[in-house]
Amino acid sequence: MSLQLAEDRRDLIPPGLNLAGCYQCGKCTAGCPVASRMDRTPNQVVRLLQLGRMEKAISSGAFWECVSCQTCTTRCPKSVDCAGAMDFLRQLSVERAASAPSAHRTVLFQKTFLRNIRRNGRLDELELVRTFKTATFLKDLDIPFLFKDASLAPRMMRRGKLKLRAEQARDRGVLDRIFERCLEAKL
Amino acid sequence: MEIGYYPGCALHGSSNDYETSVRACLAALGVGLREIDDWICCGATAAHSINHKLSIALPARNLALAARDGFGELLAPCPMCSMELLKAEQSLRADPELRKDIAQIVELGLDRKTAVLNLIQVFQKIGLDQIKDAVKRPLDHITAACYYGCLLTRPPETLRFDDCERPSTMEAVLAELGAKTVAWNYKTECCGAGLTMANEATVLELSHKILMNAASHGANCVVVACPMCHVNLDMKQRDIERRYSVRHGITIYYLSDLVGMALGLSDAALGIDRHFVYRG
Amino acid sequence: MARIGVFTCWCGENIARTVDVDQVSAAIAKLPGVRASVNYKYMCSDPGQALVREKIAAEQLDAVVVASCSPHMHLRTFRKTAEAAGVNAYRVEMANIREQCSWVHHDRAAATAKAVDLVRIAVAKVRWDEALEPIRVPVTRKALVIGGGVAGIQAALDIADAGYQVALVEREPSIGGKMAGLSETFPTLDCSQCILTPRMVDVGQHPRIRLHSYSEVESVSGFVGNFTVTIRQKARYVDTAKCTGCGECWNSCPIKKIPSEFDYRLGFRPAIYIPFPQAVPARPVIDKENCTRLKKGKGCGFCEKKCQAGAIRFDDQDKLVTEEVGAIVVATGFKLYSIGKQQENESRSGYGEYGYGEYKDVIDGLQFERLVSASGPTGGRIARPSDGREPKNVVFISCVGSRDNAKGVPYCSKICCMYTAKHAMLYKHKVHDGQAHVFYMDVRAGGKNYEEFVRRAIEQDGARYYRGRVSRIYEENGKLIVRGADTLAGEPVTIEADLVVLAAAITPAAGVRDLARKLNVGYDEYGFLLESHPKLRPVETASAGVFICGACQGPKDIPESVAQASAAASKALIMLSRDEMTREPEVARIDEKNCAACFACVRTCPYHAIERGEVLTPRGVFVKHTARVNPGLCMGCGTCVSICPSKSADLAGFSEQQIYAELEALV
Repeated sequence: MSLQLAEDRRDLIPPGLNLAGCYQCGKCTAGCPVASRMDRTPNQVVRLLQLGRMEKAISSGAFWECVSCQTCTTRCPKSVDCAGAMDFLRQLSVERAASAPSAHRTVLFQKTFLRNIRRNGRLDELELVRTFKTATFLKDLDIPFLFKDASLAPRMMRRGKLKLRAEQARDRGVLDRIFERCLEAKL
Repeated sequence: MEIGYYPGCALHGSSNDYETSVRACLAALGVGLREIDDWICCGATAAHSINHKLSIALPARNLALAARDGFGELLAPCPMCSMELLKAEQSLRADPELRKDIAQIVELGLDRKTAVLNLIQVFQKIGLDQIKDAVKRPLDHITAACYYGCLLTRPPETLRFDDCERPSTMEAVLAELGAKTVAWNYKTECCGAGLTMANEATVLELSHKILMNAASHGANCVVVACPMCHVNLDMKQRDIERRYSVRHGITIYYLSDLVGMALGLSDAALGIDRHFVYRG
Repeated sequence: MARIGVFTCWCGENIARTVDVDQVSAAIAKLPGVRASVNYKYMCSDPGQALVREKIAAEQLDAVVVASCSPHMHLRTFRKTAEAAGVNAYRVEMANIREQCSWVHHDRAAATAKAVDLVRIAVAKVRWDEALEPIRVPVTRKALVIGGGVAGIQAALDIADAGYQVALVEREPSIGGKMAGLSETFPTLDCSQCILTPRMVDVGQHPRIRLHSYSEVESVSGFVGNFTVTIRQKARYVDTAKCTGCGECWNSCPIKKIPSEFDYRLGFRPAIYIPFPQAVPARPVIDKENCTRLKKGKGCGFCEKKCQAGAIRFDDQDKLVTEEVGAIVVATGFKLYSIGKQQENESRSGYGEYGYGEYKDVIDGLQFERLVSASGPTGGRIARPSDGREPKNVVFISCVGSRDNAKGVPYCSKICCMYTAKHAMLYKHKVHDGQAHVFYMDVRAGGKNYEEFVRRAIEQDGARYYRGRVSRIYEENGKLIVRGADTLAGEPVTIEADLVVLAAAITPAAGVRDLARKLNVGYDEYGFLLESHPKLRPVETASAGVFICGACQGPKDIPESVAQASAAASKALIMLSRDEMTREPEVARIDEKNCAACFACVRTCPYHAIERGEVLTPRGVFVKHTARVNPGLCMGCGTCVSICPSKSADLAGFSEQQIYAELEALV
C-alpha cells in the first residue's frame, strides 16, 4: 500500500505575498468585516496555503465572501499580503473552474463583468444586469432573484441614471487583444 | 488650473450624479477637467479577482493614454479606480521587465510617470484656504459623519494618503465649509463594495451598521467620496430599512456636493436631487 | 642571532590528516636561526608543553613558534610555558595551520605547502619580537553604578558588601525603578514594594554607598580602572540634610493636579512632591516646570512657610560632582513602547487602531499595576480611569508592539505573558464577579513555577484565553468594543470591555544611547546595550571596565535582572580586588622625537587612547608637542600606525618591521 501524502503545491504561490512570514496571529480574522460568514477564516486560508493544500483552499467559499477591503493586509504585523492571497485564490479557482458552490453567484458576477468590459471597453450596466440575472437564473432557477431588482429600473431612470444606450470605448479591438494576451484560459 | 480626468465606468453610468457634482464644484473653483481620450474600464474587482496580469494591464492602458494626452497628473474620483491606477503605476515603476511586458500588451509606451489624485487631494491642491475664501453659504445645518470607506487610505503603503486608522482629511475640508463633523467608529469599515448584486446580504449588513453608527453619534448626514459607497448607502438604503425594520432616512452626500453647496451652487446643478434619499 | 624553536602540532588527526607535519618540521629546520624544529601529537598537552620547555633549555632558545590551532585557543598557554622556561612571553608566536589551513583545505600537497608558508611567516615575525612586560595599571578600588532599579540596587549592595565604595546614580528623585511601582510580582505574588523597600533602605543606609539621587551622569573620561565621572546633581530646591521628610510641604502645596509620573498619569501629585511614601531618599523635590515661585520668581512659597526645618531652598542650583572609580556597572532599565501614534523613531508608526491615548479606559501594563497597587491612585481598587466604576469585563492584550515587524519591534518582550496572567489573577482576586479575557499568540512561561502560574490563572481564576491578536478597539456607549479572533476555533471574537490593558513592548530607557556613547558602549538598533558575547559574556561590554545588567541589556524579569546584577558585580569585583591590573602590552607607542604633532592619530583613535602631550627638558622647559599613547586605554587596533604620516606610531608585537618581514618571508 503506497503512502498517501497530503498535497503540497507551495510552488504555485506568488513570492511577493510573504506567506512564510505568517505566524497565525489571527489579526486578519479579527479585523475582517465578513469573517463570520466564512467557512474558513482568513488566517485558516493562509495556513492552508502555507501547507500547499491548494485543492482544500480553493474549495472554501471564504475568498469569494471577501470584500477586498484590505484591512487584513494593512494591519498584519508581519506584512503578509493576506488580501493578495485572497486574490490569488480567486484567480486559481477560476483557472481551475473549481469554486465552492456557495460562491457561484459572485463568481458568475465577476466573470460576467469582465466579459462585459471586454466587449464594450467600459461597463454597460444594463447589459451587466441582464446577462448576470439570466446566467444565475439558468444555474439556480431562482425566480425571486431574477426579478428582485426590477423596481430599481424605473427609479434609476427617473433620476437619469440608467442609460439605455451605454457608451463604449472607441478602440475595442485593442481591448480584445489585451484580454487575449492576459488570459490563458477562456472566461 | 486644468488637470487630466479619468471618470471610470461608475461616473459615466449609474453614478453620473457624482460626475455632475465633481464637474460643477471644480468648475466653480476654477479647475477644468480634461477627460482622457478613449479611456477604458480600470478592471475594478473583477480583473484582480480573475487575472493578475489583466488587473495591471487595464489600468496601465489608461496611464499610457493619460501620458499620451500629455497629462502629468489626473483626477480619478472613484477610489477603486484611483487605487488600481496607483497600484499599477507602482508595479510598473518597480519592475522594468514587467513594464516592458505590459507595454507590449497594451500597445502603448509606459515610460512616463503619471500622478493619480483622489478628490480630496484635488481640494488640497486647490488649497483649503482658497476654498474657505470662496464659501458663500456656510453649511451650519450639516453635522456630517465623514465616511472614507476602504480604498481612500488602504493599503497605506500603496496610497500613502492620510492616516488609515484615524483619517481626518475629509473633516479638514468640511471645517472650511462651516460644517460640523462627528467622531464616530465606522469611518473606514467596509460597506460591502461591489458585491451589491452578487452578495446583497453582505452589503445590506455592512452598510446598515455604518448608517446605525453614524446616526448614534449624532450625524444628520454621511459624506462619501466613493460611488460604490454611495450606491450601497443611498440607493440601497430602502432595502436596508426593509431588511432590518428600521428607518434611517439619512442623506448621503458626495464631498463635492457639500463643497458645491457651500459655494452657492444649487442641488440640481450638483446632481443632489438625483440621490435616492433626497428631501428636496 | 636569534635562537628560535618551532613546534608543529598534529592536533591528533585534525592537522596531521591534511598537513604532512614531518615535512613542515623538516622544511622549517632549514631556516636561519631555527635551532629546533620538532612536531608532536598534542602540543597543548602536558607532555607537549614539557617538550617545549625541554627544547628551550637544551638549545638555549630565546623565541618560540608554535604551529597549531588558532591563537584564541592556546596562545596564553604557550606564553606561560615559555615564560616558565625563561623565554619572554611576548617572544612567542603562533602559526594557525588548523583553522586557517588543515580545516579548510583537502589537497594534502597544497595544504602542506601553505602550512610551511604560514610557519615561515611566523618565524620571520618572531625574530623581531621585543621582550615586553605586561602593562600595570593602577585600579581605583571604587565602583559606579548607573541606575537605581532592582538591578542597580543589587549590584551596588554586592560590591559594597564586599568592602568597596560605591557611587550609585539615579535620575529619578528616588531609587526603586519600575519594580517600586509594581503591585505583586510573579510567580509568588509577593508584594513588590515589600520585598524591594528593605533593599532600598539598605542602599540608603549603607556606609559604603554614596547615593546620588535625582542625578545623571554628565561625562565620563579615563579608562578601565581609572574612570573620572562627572555627575550632575539636579536641583531639588530642598536641602536634604535639613529636611526631615515630615510632609508639611507637599501637603500644603496649592498646585495639586500635576499628572503623576510614578502613577503613569493615572493619578496626581503636587509641585513639591515625593514620588511614593517609601522613597529613598525620603526627601521631596520641587518640579520647577509647575512651581509658581520657581516659574514667576515670586508668590506662593507656602511650603517654605510651613517647613519647620527651613529646608526649602528656592535658590538651589544643579551641582556637578566628580567620582573617581575603577569599574562602572550600567543598570538603566527599560520603558514601555509608546503605543499611540507618536513614536521616538519615525520609522515606527504606532497603533492608531487601539485607541491608546484617545480612550481613557485603554491603558498599558504599568498603568494597570498602579490601579491594582494598594499605594496607587485608587488605593488598590480596580476602577475605570474614565468614570471610576468597577470594570466587570477586562480585556488584556498581549504582544502590543512586540513580535511586530511591520509597526513595532520584531523581538519578544519576554515578561508580558507572565504579567498578563498575573494581572488576570489579581483582577479576579479583587473583582469576584468580573471576567478577565486575554488575547494571546503564545504563552511564554519558561521560568521556575511559571507554567503552573499561568495555568492557575486559567484553571482556577477563570481567565478566558483567546488565541489571536486584536484588530481594533473603539468606544461605543461607554464600552470598549474589542475585535479579536480565536484562531484555534477559527472565528472572530468580539468582546464588550469596560477596561482594556495593553501589554506594551519593552524598550530601553530614554536617553540610553547618549549615555552609551559617553561610556563607549555599543547598542543595537533598539538601544539595548551590547554585551561582549551573547552566550559567554552577557554582562561585559567591549569597553573594558564597563559592565551591564538588567533590562538595559534586553527584556527580562526580576530574577534574571537580580542574577545579572550580581554577575556584573562579581566582574567588577574581580577588577577591584587588586590595587593594579595587568593589560596585554601589545599596544601602540609614539616615537616622540619623530612625531610631527599633527594629531591625526588623536582624532582617529576609536578608543580615545591618544593624548596631546608635550616633550619637556628635565627642568620642565617646553621642547615640542607630541602625541602620546595611554597604554591603559590602547586596544592595539593599529589605526594610528596606518594613519601617521611621519611613521612615528608603531604597534608593539605587530610592528611595521614585523609586518614587512612577514611579507618578505612570503614572497
